[in-house]
Amino acid sequence: MEIDAFLLSRIQFAFTVSFHIVFPAFTIGLSAYIATLLGLWLKTGDQKFHLLARFWTKIFAVSFAMGVVSGIVLSYQFGTNWSRFSVAVGNVIGPLIGYEVLTAFFLEASFLGVMLFGWKRVPPWLHFLSAVIVAGGTALSGFWILSANSWMQYPAGHEVRDGIAYPVDWLKIVFNPTFPLRFAHMMTAAYLTTAFVVLATGARHLLAGHRTESARTMVRMAILMIALTAPLQAVIGDFHGKQTAIYQPAKLAAIEAHWDSSKPGALVLFAWPDEKAELNRFEVAIPGVASLLTHGSMDALFPSLRDSKVEDRPPVLIPFFAFRAMVGIGMLMIVFGWAGAWLWKRGTVFEARSWLWLAQYSWPAGFVAILSGWFVTEVGRQPWLATGILRSKDAVSPVTTLQVAISLALFVFVYCVVFAAGIALINRLIDKGPDEISHEDPPEQPSKRPLKAAQAPASAIFGDGHPGDDKIQPAN
Amino acid sequence: MEWYLPVIWAGLIGTAVMLYVVLDGFDLGIAILFPTTRDESERDQMMNSVAPFWDGNETWLVLGAGGLWVAFPYAYAIIMPAFYIPVILMLLALIFRGVAFEFRWVAKPHHKVWDLAFWAGSTLAAFAQGLILGGLLQGVKVVDKQFAGGPLDWLTPFTLMCGAGVVIGYATLGATWLVYKTEGPVAERARRQAKTLLLGLLAFAVLVSLWTPYAHPRIAERWFTPSNLALLWPFPVLTAVCGYMAWKRLHGAHEFTPFAFTIAIFLLCFLGLAISNYPYLVPPGLTIWDTAAAPASHVFVLIGVSFLLPMILFYTAFVYWTFRGKVKADAGYH
Repeated sequence: MEIDAFLLSRIQFAFTVSFHIVFPAFTIGLSAYIATLLGLWLKTGDQKFHLLARFWTKIFAVSFAMGVVSGIVLSYQFGTNWSRFSVAVGNVIGPLIGYEVLTAFFLEASFLGVMLFGWKRVPPWLHFLSAVIVAGGTALSGFWILSANSWMQYPAGHEVRDGIAYPVDWLKIVFNPTFPLRFAHMMTAAYLTTAFVVLATGARHLLAGHRTESARTMVRMAILMIALTAPLQAVIGDFHGKQTAIYQPAKLAAIEAHWDSSKPGALVLFAWPDEKAELNRFEVAIPGVASLLTHGSMDALFPSLRDSKVEDRPPVLIPFFAFRAMVGIGMLMIVFGWAGAWLWKRGTVFEARSWLWLAQYSWPAGFVAILSGWFVTEVGRQPWLATGILRSKDAVSPVTTLQVAISLALFVFVYCVVFAAGIALINRLIDKGPDEISHEDPPEQPSKRPLKAAQAPASAIFGDGHPGDDKIQPAN
Repeated sequence: MEWYLPVIWAGLIGTAVMLYVVLDGFDLGIAILFPTTRDESERDQMMNSVAPFWDGNETWLVLGAGGLWVAFPYAYAIIMPAFYIPVILMLLALIFRGVAFEFRWVAKPHHKVWDLAFWAGSTLAAFAQGLILGGLLQGVKVVDKQFAGGPLDWLTPFTLMCGAGVVIGYATLGATWLVYKTEGPVAERARRQAKTLLLGLLAFAVLVSLWTPYAHPRIAERWFTPSNLALLWPFPVLTAVCGYMAWKRLHGAHEFTPFAFTIAIFLLCFLGLAISNYPYLVPPGLTIWDTAAAPASHVFVLIGVSFLLPMILFYTAFVYWTFRGKVKADAGYH
């Protein structure tokens, strides 16, 4: 493979988008969790929900900032590195991104300010509403970006003239055939991922001997979420797979490492797909099961990789292995979630040290599954950027290899420094845990605290930490 | 239909970019001024004065890029590769300044490195934006609606001057914002700084106003053709008046008006640049009509814009109203 601006731009996009997706996936779920906590606080008046909401809001702020700054990079990279893509499909995809900015980004960014800094500035119901709006905004953002991505997977509602796509039917463009399931799959993944982070946090505190009500609440809420959404995700994923068989048969063939369409597809548990020889080495497979899963019958025949011309085939190794990683993690999630639910029902979940020990290290599970899933779907779309319209190799900008090499090196360096620091800081916040009800200060009235920052000694205002640290309870 | 859609879109994107420049301008500006105090609580106060707003403010930059792609995909596809290096530098710089807002508090007491990231990121982002502005004004080499220049075409004395000008301009916005939103030593120092910075901003405005018509006959023609001059003379005159007013108000006890007049200066400079270049979006060759998207795409998003943009402006105003008044020491959530 030649090292040129094309290859480096692909690596750069894969690198920056992979780093990015981790944060919105987490914040989509976390904003919904915080809104739920605030809603429960308003409804029950139980302080533990409030303390948990405050705790997770701090973590949300750090994660959201990383999501925002890494997301802006992407919106510019379409132009800097993929300018021919911008022109070829800009008439169709541009408006979807435009709507994402107009309906979601401003909503999230503006109400985030109220959510983070409005604890004492606005009444609790309005603060709760802001959290709901932020959660809605993050979901809406997912709606548009998945619509755009799904359109690239299987374009619809357009016509192509001189290599440029023009919109014909916006409803068909936005709700393109693979969009609804992909959207459902991603949103469920986001909520599931966050549930595992919440679970791990609760478990960590329980194991460390902080047998607090907030830690127990986190574990209970997470178990409920996982036990319900992990099986749901398997069902959605199954439908999504069946749909891929219809709309992107080459991708499905790569996922299944299916080379011979004269035979039913086997469920390949393990193999090393050899793309040159067009067969699987070291294969362990159950005959007919891939046909059963995707087409409902053990004898069903479906297109294999050999049915596409070599230049139209996606790479096989990455979709094949990433798919197995995703499904494997998904299965473990179901087992783990149900085991937790069973322990909870028996009333022994907070004493089940080995389950809690596993739980405290389970937080990366969702992130790894999401990244694997995206590798399946994005690599599986190759060699196309927008299927049937534009190949990836024809989409790259007229920039020099050296420019992209420098920018890639800078991105790797900056992301490693900044995001490592961010994750370390999140870890620090998680270690500190939510404040406890026991050393709670009496609620304060915002209006009785007219601090004149400039005239008071700094320590009187800020204490040792930061304004508001540990001290402020909004009037409930 | 096909004639006026690009004009509307040019107006919209111009508005988005202008809002970005003013709103994120003061965010970046307060960070550019960060090294002028070493006192931690003063830095806290400076950062808290923009903390609830910065994310919303930066979103206008995303709308600027997204809007350009929606409405003028050819321009987007030329400008981004043409300014590859400054754009990437700006993005990396904005990463540092964006995360510094959150990391700085969590990292305390080991926050010095994020103070540095906040300042350096903001300064570099402002400078890179100036490079892009300058590069666009001096023109981009285009063949067949594609960028055809070299990777360093944007690097000239003029663009470096524009970079410095934007840094000074944002710092002026930042200083006058601090006069408006803070009190005590922070506000007093900002008022002193604002006076010097204002003179710097006006000097750069004059320099650009002389340099661009001198270097580009089409710009000289636009402004100095007698029939045009008869219409356009209020722009430089109003800019001078606003500069004078800002200066005067900084010497009095006014808190909001210096900021307002500085915004007015930015607005007038921006309109002046638009007048210099209309109808070119990618000078010297491509107009807004040459680079426009399909009319169906323009209309589809315009429908959304017609009710979403007022909503955005409404709730942006709501957020500013919620956090009105002098920044309080208990403003944080950390």
